[in-house]
Order: sequence, then C-alpha cells, then structure tokens
Amino acid sequence: MAIPVEMPKMSDTMEEGVLVAWLADEGDQVSAGDVIAQVETDKATMDLEVYDDGVLLKRVVPQGASVPIGGLIAVLGKEGESADEVLTKYGAGGAGGDGATEAAPPAEPVRQPGQDPGAAADTPSNADKNEGATVPTAGEAVPNASRVAEPSNVSSGDGAPAPAPEPAPAGEGVDRIKASPLARRMAQERGVDLARLRGSGPEGRIVKRDVEAALGGAAPSAAPQEAPTPRPAPAPRPPVPAPGATGDDYTSVPLSQMRKTIARRLSQSKFSAPHFYLTAEVDMERAVELRDRLNEGAEARGRAKVSFNDLVTKVCAVALRLHPAVNSSWLEEQGEIRRHHHVHVAVAVAMEEGLVTPVVRDADRKGLAEIAAETRDLAERARARKLDPSEWEGSTFTTSNLGMFGIHEFTAIINPPNACILAIGAIRDVPVVKGGQVVPGKRMTITLSCDHRAVDGATGAAFLADVRRFLEEPVLMLL
Amino acid sequence: MAELQFREALRAAMVEEMERDERVFLMGEEVAEYNGAYKVSEGMLDRFGPKRVIDTPISENGFAGLGIGAAMMGLRPIIEFMTWNFSFVAFDQIISNAAKMRYMSGGQLKVPIVFRGGNGGAGQLGATHSNSVEPFYANVPGLKVVAPSNPDDAKGLLKSAIRDDDPVLFLESELMFGLRGEVSDAEDYTIPIGEARIAREGDDLTIVAHSKSYWLAMTAAEELAKQGYEATIIDPRTIRPFPFDPVVESVKKTGRLVVVDESQPFAGIAAEVAFHVHHRCFDDLDAPVARVTAKDTPAPYAKNLIEAWMPTVDEVIAAAKKVLYVN
Repeated sequence: MAIPVEMPKMSDTMEEGVLVAWLADEGDQVSAGDVIAQVETDKATMDLEVYDDGVLLKRVVPQGASVPIGGLIAVLGKEGESADEVLTKYGAGGAGGDGATEAAPPAEPVRQPGQDPGAAADTPSNADKNEGATVPTAGEAVPNASRVAEPSNVSSGDGAPAPAPEPAPAGEGVDRIKASPLARRMAQERGVDLARLRGSGPEGRIVKRDVEAALGGAAPSAAPQEAPTPRPAPAPRPPVPAPGATGDDYTSVPLSQMRKTIARRLSQSKFSAPHFYLTAEVDMERAVELRDRLNEGAEARGRAKVSFNDLVTKVCAVALRLHPAVNSSWLEEQGEIRRHHHVHVAVAVAMEEGLVTPVVRDADRKGLAEIAAETRDLAERARARKLDPSEWEGSTFTTSNLGMFGIHEFTAIINPPNACILAIGAIRDVPVVKGGQVVPGKRMTITLSCDHRAVDGATGAAFLADVRRFLEEPVLMLL
Repeated sequence: MAELQFREALRAAMVEEMERDERVFLMGEEVAEYNGAYKVSEGMLDRFGPKRVIDTPISENGFAGLGIGAAMMGLRPIIEFMTWNFSFVAFDQIISNAAKMRYMSGGQLKVPIVFRGGNGGAGQLGATHSNSVEPFYANVPGLKVVAPSNPDDAKGLLKSAIRDDDPVLFLESELMFGLRGEVSDAEDYTIPIGEARIAREGDDLTIVAHSKSYWLAMTAAEELAKQGYEATIIDPRTIRPFPFDPVVESVKKTGRLVVVDESQPFAGIAAEVAFHVHHRCFDDLDAPVARVTAKDTPAPYAKNLIEAWMPTVDEVIAAAKKVLYVN
C-alpha cells in the first residue's frame, strides 16, 4: 500500500501546522530524509522530511492549508501506484479530492482551501446576522459572540444548508468536520458552529470538551453594552471576499499559528493560575558599575557584552537555586507541585508577529559571559524563526524585559508551566537620599507574578528579596 | 450478614434449594465422595445421601444428557462441570437439547437444569483449560448465562437459577472460589436473573465488567479516581439476558464506555455490549466504546505470556484514558 505522510508534532504546544510551501511536485522521486514541504508551527517554520523512499504520488493539501497533527499531508508510493487507498483511509475524498484534508458529508458547509478554518460557514439560522459585526447585539445567543468579523461562505439566509459557495477552484476538495456524536449534538443544541472549533481528539476530532470550551470561552465577550449599531443585513449577499480582505472600516488579520498559541496558552495561564504580584525597587548602582567593568575590553577579546538582562538572568538563577518553591510547576493533572532540580531560565524575545521564550539551561551554573553569548544567539535565531522547538521548551522560570521601551514597571502573565515570571523595567536616573544628601541614583523596578496555587506571598517575597539583594550587591552571588 | 467464601455461598444456595425442593439434586465428577474438586459441595453427600449427590464417571456428554433428560421428566438437576472447559464434549447436549427442547416441543417440555463450574483463565493452565465460555453459550437462544463476581450475588443468583424453568449456565471461577464477601442473611435470599448491579457511581465514564473482570475494573477505578476521573461500574451479573438498560442509562450520562471481558474479543460479550451502546447511545457518545479482553490467540502457557494475554488493570486504565481523551 502507498505510504501516508502525516502532519508531525513538531513542538510540545503544536496542535496544527500550516503547510506554507510545497518543495516537491507530484511524481518526484524522494528519499528518506528529503524535505518535501515547509510547515509553519506555532513557533517556527520547519522542514517536513519524509521517512521513506518513493514517489510523491499525491500532494493532499494545498499551500496555506492548516492541518491538525496526524492529518494527511501527502502520499508516497511506488511509481504508478494509486494513492486512493490511503486517501480513503484518511477520508480525504479519493481521486478527485485535491483540496483540504478531509471529505465532507453533503449537508456540511464547505471550506475554501487556504482559508482559515475559523472562517468556515455559519449555521443557516444565524448566517444573516453576522455580516461584518464584531460583537452580537444584545440578546443574541452567546455562541455568536465568539464570531469575529470574517468573510463567511454562506451564500444565503433562507434557512437551507449552504451549498458549496463559489465555483470550486480546480482540485478543491471538501472538508468533513470530525466530531464525536455527543459533541455534534451539544453543538446543535447550543448553537455552536462546529466549523469554528478545533478538535482536540484523535485526528482533530471535535469532542465534548472542545464544545464546552467554546461555550465557556464565548461568554465574556457577550457583554451587551459593547454591541455596536447593528448593520442591516444586505439582501443578496455579495460575492465572498478573499480571506484577509479589508472591509469598509477594518482589516482582517488572519491568525498565525504563533498568535493562536499565544492566545491559548496565556489565556489558559491567566484564567486558571491565580496571579498575584510583588513589586520591588532595586538600587542598580553597583550593578551598573559591575557591568561596565565586565564589559571593558569584551569586544577586543571576542566576548559578548553582558547586558543588564543577562545579569538579571544570572541573579534569578542563583536565587531560584535558593528558593526551590519558586522553581516549580503546578501540575493539575498529576495532582502535584513539581520542584525542578534544574534551573532553566527562559527569556521572552519579541518578534514581529509575537514572541517566543527561548531557554538558558542551567543558568545557575553558567557564567555571565556564557549567559550573554547564549542569550544573544537564542534571540537572534528566534527572530529569524530558526529555533529548534527543544530550545524553547522546558523552562522553569521566565523573565520579560520591556525596559528598552522606557517602561518603568509592568506585570507579566506567567508562562505555564512555570510558577513565576519576573517583569523587568527600565533603569532610571532618580534623585535619592544618601547620608542626608540628595544625590543621583539608579533605580530599577521589578515585578514578580506568582501562581498562588504553587507559591504563597511570603515565598515569593523571600525570593524577590534575594533577587534584589544580589542585584544591589552582586558580589554576594559569589558566596 | 455473614462473611462467606464464594464456594460456601454456592454451597449454601444448593443446600437451601435441595432442602426446599426434593426434586433438586447435584451430579458431577468428584462432587460426592471427594467433596468436590474445589470443595464447593463439601458435606453435601453426608447431608443428602448418594441419591441426591451423585458422582459420575469422566463422561460430560453422558451426564449432561442424563441431567437434561431428568429435567425434561420433572426433576431439577444441578450439573457440575469441574471446569467449563470440559463442557465442550457435552456441547451438543447443551446446544441441541437443553436450549432447544422447550421450543421444539411447543412448550410441552421444559428443561429446568443448572450447569455450573469454573470458567475462564486461572493461571498457567494452557490453551485448552483457560477458556471463557460466555460468548459460545450466550450466543444460543434458549440458554441463560449467569456470571457473578462475589459471594452474595453467587448465592442469590444460584438459587434463582435452580428455580428457573429454563436451562441456566452458571459461570464461576477457580480463582474466586476462596473470595470472601458479605452474604445476605435474608431468609430465602434470591436475586433475579437479568438484573445488573451498579457497583460504583461516577460521572466521567462507565465501565461494564463481570466476574473476575469486575475486580480489575474496581481496582482501575480507584486509580482513576486518584487521577481525578470517576467511573461508574456496572456488573451485569447476567450475560444472557444481558441487562442493557442500566448500561444505556449510564452511558447517556457519561458519554464514555469501557467493557472489560475476559473472553476472546471476536464476536465476544464486549462486542455485543458495544453494539447495543453504539446503537442506543449514538448521540451521547463522546468517544468510541473501548474494550479490554483476552488477546485473540489461544491462551499461552508461559507465565509472562499468560499474564500478557489476560486483561490487566493497566489495560483498563489505558482504555479509560483513551475514551476520556487524556494521556
């Protein structure tokens, strides 16, 4: 039988990948290890290698398609072999299907290839209410509230299931929504559009918890006071605009994988971890002196310059070693708090479309020069989207620095499964009182966000006090 | 409540029924002089004498037929198979005569007989002595099949089986004869055939398990509870007629079902339960029904292999997590 090529799990947070580019054509001879496509995951764009030798019989998904882990991407086989058996097994629509991943039952709305799955068709009953509105009007059913303005494929509001909207582009396939019978029934009863959900079950199956999450997640934005002036629904709907089109007074920005991951993980953190915040002001005079001396001649010797951020990384690592309760994770499913034996400090790095948190491993055992060099390398490769997933996984603590933007202080959302995150502000020149005199001083404000399930106030405060102590007297770290 | 071993509960049921009804008698290999191969009938020869507690030669086809004939003529025999593995030489008597005589005589004859004995795997007994016979016999209209998991159910159900006017196949277990449990002191304690027992209630999933498998399910449920998942456990107690209604009601609440069944998977009891649940609970299911059964090979002899072949607690937990979509 021909060999299926599935969407692999390329990072621990990945749930689906976007096939951004095909690098091999149907009929090409490929060998194990050959790269046949590029896949955008939530964090990086990665090469998709094949594990077998053979001929690329079929490119099952078009460029731009989003494929869940385990979803069929391509079929390999012997020259002249039929891909149909594999396509049938994966429900990919047989010989005619060239579009998206799965075949559809006739009554289901249809997706365009390359279009964000979230933009698929509405249920007929409310199809005509959604045109262009970002928030439902008061009194509308809750699930509608999660619908953002997106081009809809539904062609009519006459109550009939939408037929395939536009003349299908050549080779377009049909999407079948996989959902458990219970999820399907719940969605129907509660008015949830399955086409807008992402299934967390095997092969992307939408299961009960996904529908529940959609219902739960939709509630907050249903606030009626935000309702904009309802627009009159245009009678015959105009042709469906292209995905990402610009409307009269908005631009639709398609969600990248990274954006979706940030949204999901930080919502999960903020909504499930009870955050509390501890703020301290740090006298940075000695730290500034120290940094200046450390960096003397650094370039001449080919060393990376040590930044204040590197110093904070080191200080946090040393303090974490002294405070194992902070270097921990609340693990709900395992019913435990895990205290980590290693100190792996992640550093938030801003990118054009989001951020990543590459990890300086065993930072407590590394010197400042090593931390500086490693952080610079990680940050550069992160911005170029060249990080390997292993490089952003496994942190036990995270820091986030917005000092370079002149931010004095802020609070950060904990990066799960960490218990804490440190938000670092700018170093300011301020007048301070020393020996009865007002003299110039250097101050920095740091704010620790703690997951109260794992870390109590006094625990977090003791850690933060040590962070401050080490920053104010760096020589103490030598002890 | 008295605490009895499983074998004592079976004996109490037989003794009570033999005292209650002089047509009831016990027949089988070693049941009389030797007091039973597994001491189920200990003391019964002394109590009832050799006309009602009868040793037979090693001739299952013969004494099964003898019992069926006696039942057709108005007696109420209890036929002990040393284990159900040996019932296969009497298969024709059970299938062709016991199961069909009432139907084929237009109701003129009835066959009020109980066949009972140890069923299923019991350690390193090899391929021929490790059969779980539920699917073979439950496949046959005209037979009732009962498989209790504990002494109380064993006593109440065996008394009902002896009083039943149709042939009842009563499946025990060599590994459970020594199992102790509280048994009701109620006078003339009977449990109706065809009624399930809900042993544990939980909202997250339903587990159906009978006989030995019931204990695997209970152990698995305790471990799952530690991890935050609460299982409802239903012991059907009767395999035919199977009490589907309580299973369906439970699955309508939980949306998830695991069937634990020590018999072979193909066309087995778990498959039958899964069919009914898929048919009646389709819109309530959040995951396909999972089953844990013996492996689809003859039972191996080697210790490590028979352990791998039998259903285990770990397999039940894994199946539960599969239907729960957790790792």
